Amino acid sequence: MTSASVEHSAAECDLGSVSQIPAGEGREFRVLGRLIAVFNTRGRGVYAVDALCPHRDGPIADGLVGGSVVVCPFHARKYDLATGEALDGGCGLRTYPIRVTAEGQMLLSLQVG
Amino acid sequence: MAEFINGTGRLVIVGNGMAGARVAEEVLARAGRERFEITMFGEEPWGNYNRILLSNVLNGSQDARDIFLNPLDWYADNQITLHAGDRVDSIDREAQVVRAASGLAVPYDMLVIATGSRAFVPRMDGLQSAEGGDRHGVFVFRTLEDCTRIAACATKCRQAAVIGGGLLGLEAARGLLNHGVGVHVVHLGAHLMDAQLDAPAGAVLRSTMERMGVHVHLEKNTTAILGEDQVTGLQFSDGSILPCDMVVISAGISPNAELAARCGLTVDRAIVVDDAMRSVDDPRIYAVGECAKHRGRCYGLVAPAWEQAAVAADQITGRNPEAAYQGSRVATKLKVMGVELASMGIRDAEHPGDEVLQYSEPKRGMYKKLVIREGVLVGAILLGDMSKATALLQAFDRSTPLPEERASLLFDLGAPSSEMTMLEMPDEAQVCNCNGVSKGAIRKCVMGGRRTLKGVMEATRAGTGCGSCKGLVHEIVEWACEGNVEEDPSVHYYVPGVPLSKKDLVRAIREQQLKSVSAVFNALAEGLEDAGSKMGLASLLKTLWGEEYEDERDARFINDRVHANIQKDRTFSVIPRIYGGVTSADQLRRIADVADKYQVPMVKITGGQRIDLLGITREDLPKVWQDLDMPSGHAYAKSFRTCKTCVGTEFCRYGVGDSTGLGIKIEQRFQGIESPGKLKLATAGCPRNCSEAMVKDIGAVAVEGGRWELYVGGAAGAHVRRGDLLCTVGSHEEALTLIGRFMQYYRENAKYLERTYGFVERIGIEAIRAIVVEDSEGIAERLDAAIQASVDAYVDPWLEAREPATVNQFHSVLQEVSA
Repeated sequence: MTSASVEHSAAECDLGSVSQIPAGEGREFRVLGRLIAVFNTRGRGVYAVDALCPHRDGPIADGLVGGSVVVCPFHARKYDLATGEALDGGCGLRTYPIRVTAEGQMLLSLQVG
Repeated sequence: MAEFINGTGRLVIVGNGMAGARVAEEVLARAGRERFEITMFGEEPWGNYNRILLSNVLNGSQDARDIFLNPLDWYADNQITLHAGDRVDSIDREAQVVRAASGLAVPYDMLVIATGSRAFVPRMDGLQSAEGGDRHGVFVFRTLEDCTRIAACATKCRQAAVIGGGLLGLEAARGLLNHGVGVHVVHLGAHLMDAQLDAPAGAVLRSTMERMGVHVHLEKNTTAILGEDQVTGLQFSDGSILPCDMVVISAGISPNAELAARCGLTVDRAIVVDDAMRSVDDPRIYAVGECAKHRGRCYGLVAPAWEQAAVAADQITGRNPEAAYQGSRVATKLKVMGVELASMGIRDAEHPGDEVLQYSEPKRGMYKKLVIREGVLVGAILLGDMSKATALLQAFDRSTPLPEERASLLFDLGAPSSEMTMLEMPDEAQVCNCNGVSKGAIRKCVMGGRRTLKGVMEATRAGTGCGSCKGLVHEIVEWACEGNVEEDPSVHYYVPGVPLSKKDLVRAIREQQLKSVSAVFNALAEGLEDAGSKMGLASLLKTLWGEEYEDERDARFINDRVHANIQKDRTFSVIPRIYGGVTSADQLRRIADVADKYQVPMVKITGGQRIDLLGITREDLPKVWQDLDMPSGHAYAKSFRTCKTCVGTEFCRYGVGDSTGLGIKIEQRFQGIESPGKLKLATAGCPRNCSEAMVKDIGAVAVEGGRWELYVGGAAGAHVRRGDLLCTVGSHEEALTLIGRFMQYYRENAKYLERTYGFVERIGIEAIRAIVVEDSEGIAERLDAAIQASVDAYVDPWLEAREPATVNQFHSVLQEVSA
């Protein structure tokens, strides 16, 4: 695992290239002690949310994605990656602003979206 | 027509009842919002409601608010312009414009007429007041407004007469009973509900109703409503008089086809349509529901309207230009005044060979009658006891062959019925043991407006765990809906996100050469990816294309991405393949070494005679596999899993067949073959069945004489079922051929996640035997070739330890970012 540092100027963390995440899948990043799931969706860009399902701590990054919806692999709770909303009720996920630069670098803001 | 085959433009739906709104829903489900500007007209000033439940509103058991299907917001949310309370007066087919009473003119490219029907009012004197208007105290029973007016009047009246002893009339009578008024049902026919029941059933129903306090007057032809201003009674053609102070006319329905007739469409009582639900005169105009006449028949029930709406939507959107409505086999299950009844198909023998079974117990209000033709159910009437209704409805719908022992169709033989009735079951009883959902929670969800099984399951999560309670959840939903369960159209789809049945989906995939999951979404689902559909599509595509399948790893469940089963602490379980459960000292030593080296927290013997290493981290998976140097046991996939064996003739003194030998061959041949649900197999060396082969998806049991009995559709998990005997074969090779052929037939025809126990019951063992063993469809050779191709395409997925399929395949946390 590599280690990167925070770009203080922009208050954004550089998570490295988006190509580290296979198309349509998610991976986790530990940013300043917080575990964050980042998704490289097919056609909807990149999303960042809390990595653990509030239901029973399922690994959200391992979930199947459809559009902007992710399904937790543990008990199939559904969340909207764009808003963090729990689609079948209950507690939602925190979302984090994230963007991809022209060079393909992912920049995450820890400010809660 | 050709210019609209792609289905775009302005769609106008005249009629906002159950049929009209259903067309709108079906069009939306086919991505209609993007393609059409949808305008709807409804005469009633509100959204769309469930007309079937009007009698509940009348009897006070439901509030008018509770029966709305689509409130006004729904139309706005779906960008449908609804003109509620405005009536369409004319259709200008030349200019393609509809004109409404308000003066509004709306142009259309496609038009759907769903004007429904109104109450049929037979000719009689005294219907109108002296001034010529509607007479005070005389009602029809058709709309929410009728309901309110009847209820208001009933509180001031002493005797109410309902003209018409059909379904609607009895529903009206039931509603009135709760308002403390004396209720009389006046019927022209010789028995009640003559459209659904035969004479003995009608008689049983009559005595049941009379016990409840309803007075029934049969064979009475009403000629006049008596009284000057106030209603004082009914005059019958036989000279007799029935005193009453209010009258509800419910003598049938009359299609609203005048609008269509005025614009020159062919109307024969109702609007005549072809199999596409299109008017026979104008390709831009469709008619659906009670105002339509198809192959000489009009339907007054909701199920046919649902089917018609789906066909019309397929045609209008161009989704399926071959969609055709074939007419409905009418089957109803309902509750009239608390009396449950079901009726389907014909009421009496019609052909010389028809069998009729009949049982009557009038004292308990029970009556059962079945009409059977060539071993298939073609008609049934059930009254009072519904314990067999669901099974019979299914047998009727699917024309499945009936068991030889006919009595079992009418009664539960042998075991006393211990099943609690829905009414007796307490609200707090836990129904779904996986998600902890009570009967009360399901009932409340239905009361809250969800009337489909799928909707209730989604909202409560009941039945979404292991699925074994789904049947009970269905029964509770049915009970809570009083039989008026609605069907979510997606239950017929192979996966929820692509609106096609498995058959149609397979055809589209083959025709359009769709080889990846994203290609299917792009071609058949308007590019809308659906997470819940990905695994099912991946499984199907792999089955259809074999080596040509374009694998997209994000379409796989996590277990199938990393070839191990994820555990609650996010570690994985690793189960190497041990063919037939027969291992060796060398293998065991390697497993022990791995357990030591990786400090495996638990090593366990599984139910399938394998060794499970639990608690392996994702990053260690490739190393563990390489150290084991054994192939994957596929204990995580929807695929062939294991073949359990007993020791058979090799050591056992009872063995009559070489079960370990056959089990190893089976496992070597079919390892890793994907299927709609997992496949657990077993071979037993004698009928003592120590390896439990009778309760496996496929089981082979050795019998004396060197033969093997093959059982299919067994289960001993959440659901327990003894397998059905498929056939008996004479050798290992023959067993392998038939097992492979059955597997391929199951792979091609089962719904996603449908285990063999459900599949075999759904298709029927006789039908499967005919196809798989007797080759009745001439496809055996093709099935054999297809399974062989899948066998040849097998690659051990654990080889990805050396060559990962995707970047970071075995890494979850990619980076640490620190301040």
